Amino acid sequence: MDITAAFSEALQLILGADAKFLQIVGLSLRVTLTAVLLAALIGLPLGAWLAISRFSGRALVIVFVNGLMGLPPVVAGLVVFLLLSRAGPLGSWGLLFTPTAMVIAQTVLVLPIVIALTRGTIEELWREYREHLASLGVNGWRAVPTLLWDGRFALATGLLAGFGRASAEVGAVLIVGGNIANYTRTMTTTIALETSKGDLPLALGLGIVLMALTLLINALAFGASRIGQRFAG
Amino acid sequence: MLDRRVTLGIAGALLLVAPALAQTQPNRFITVSSTTSTTDSGLFTHLLPIFQVKTGIEVRVVSQGTGQALDTGRRGDADVVFVHARAQEVKFVEDGFGVERKAVMYNDFVLIGPKADPAGIKGGKDIVAALKAVQAKGSLFISRGDKSGTHAAELNLWKAAEIDIEKAKGPWYREIGQGMGAALNMASAQDGYVLADRATWLNFRNRGDLDILVEGDRRLFNQYGVILVNPAKHPHVKQADGQAFIDWLVSPDGQKAIADYKIGGQSLFFPNATQPGA
Repeated sequence: MDITAAFSEALQLILGADAKFLQIVGLSLRVTLTAVLLAALIGLPLGAWLAISRFSGRALVIVFVNGLMGLPPVVAGLVVFLLLSRAGPLGSWGLLFTPTAMVIAQTVLVLPIVIALTRGTIEELWREYREHLASLGVNGWRAVPTLLWDGRFALATGLLAGFGRASAEVGAVLIVGGNIANYTRTMTTTIALETSKGDLPLALGLGIVLMALTLLINALAFGASRIGQRFAG
Repeated sequence: MLDRRVTLGIAGALLLVAPALAQTQPNRFITVSSTTSTTDSGLFTHLLPIFQVKTGIEVRVVSQGTGQALDTGRRGDADVVFVHARAQEVKFVEDGFGVERKAVMYNDFVLIGPKADPAGIKGGKDIVAALKAVQAKGSLFISRGDKSGTHAAELNLWKAAEIDIEKAKGPWYREIGQGMGAALNMASAQDGYVLADRATWLNFRNRGDLDILVEGDRRLFNQYGVILVNPAKHPHVKQADGQAFIDWLVSPDGQKAIADYKIGGQSLFFPNATQPGA
């Protein structure tokens, strides 16, 4: 009975296109996509560098980064909270309880996934193409753009995994965003709030919408990679 | 060739990121840390648009338990705190974190429980006798356990019942460390007793077999106060706009807006800013 009500709530939310609801969906997407983008900008080169370079302690760094993939969102949120709080070291920036704080927290969550998966992908490609690239006169760092480009489909999957982690989490955005109505309220924090208000059908309806959005984005990425692969031959 | 493509990609990405980051600092707003009851009951959704139309100040509410809300003020992460635990509020001001505490309104607590009522307390007016019966029967009791105002009120009531809850605790007494709604959800799922503020209860949808069993005792009175975070401690506090919000809450206009908030014809909060000693 509750499940049926939830599906009808979900339908109403989508068909009604209520301004408040659209704002919540928009903020969720904006925060998460920005975080994934930032994580990609930082994580792709860093992961590739980690794949190619050799230094003492490299194994430790790799284990550490892999371990961070399991960082609990609530811990990431708490660390960012303590940094951004007025009583913390970056307090003067006044960023706590803003969407920017949520972007930072989610970037922290996504970054290890991007670095670790990039490192794995690039290391394999590097092993395979190193000599070939060397014969073309492309060595070391100069090979990074080529390797990233060659691994783009595998890397896209890594970014999608990061997107999944960020869009699904509630712990970090709740702590650093504060779930402020019309400002830092995302889909997941709304679900948590409506659950606590006992409006379970609405909460579940929002959950269904979130799931549908995630599926849609994955389908788009899958389609894009199919098309890309066909043209890349 | 690839380098150029990468450069273009990064430039494009930055163009996308920049507006998302820039959009986060709008015009005039204050941050208020308040309790879950004021948000879960829907009061702020009613009050804040009225205030914003009048003054142009946007109020951003972070809702937490009273203990955490005061802590947010102590750290300087809010401009105003709006909570309900008088002793803690007074201490907050005495410690220099707040400027002045002003009484705003009250609502009351009610003892919620399953209609089957295993402790046999239904219809009573004496909250202390009811709690004694719950403890004596070992009936399931859900405690917020989150240092919220409601949690503090519950602990005071156990004290009034001369029950040392730290010692009397057992499997019957569950501290869940969560908000009012979560506590009600749990009571609903497990047929437990729970102390709730009336406003959250009236706005709560997932009631299941729960009902109000004890109400109307004067000891269930729940006073809300509002405090400006001390700009002398935290210079970035928006003193003028924060004070404007407080002044409006206790003004005849604000008090009327509070009284006007009703669910199903029932008032949820009763303004009493002018009542001495509130």
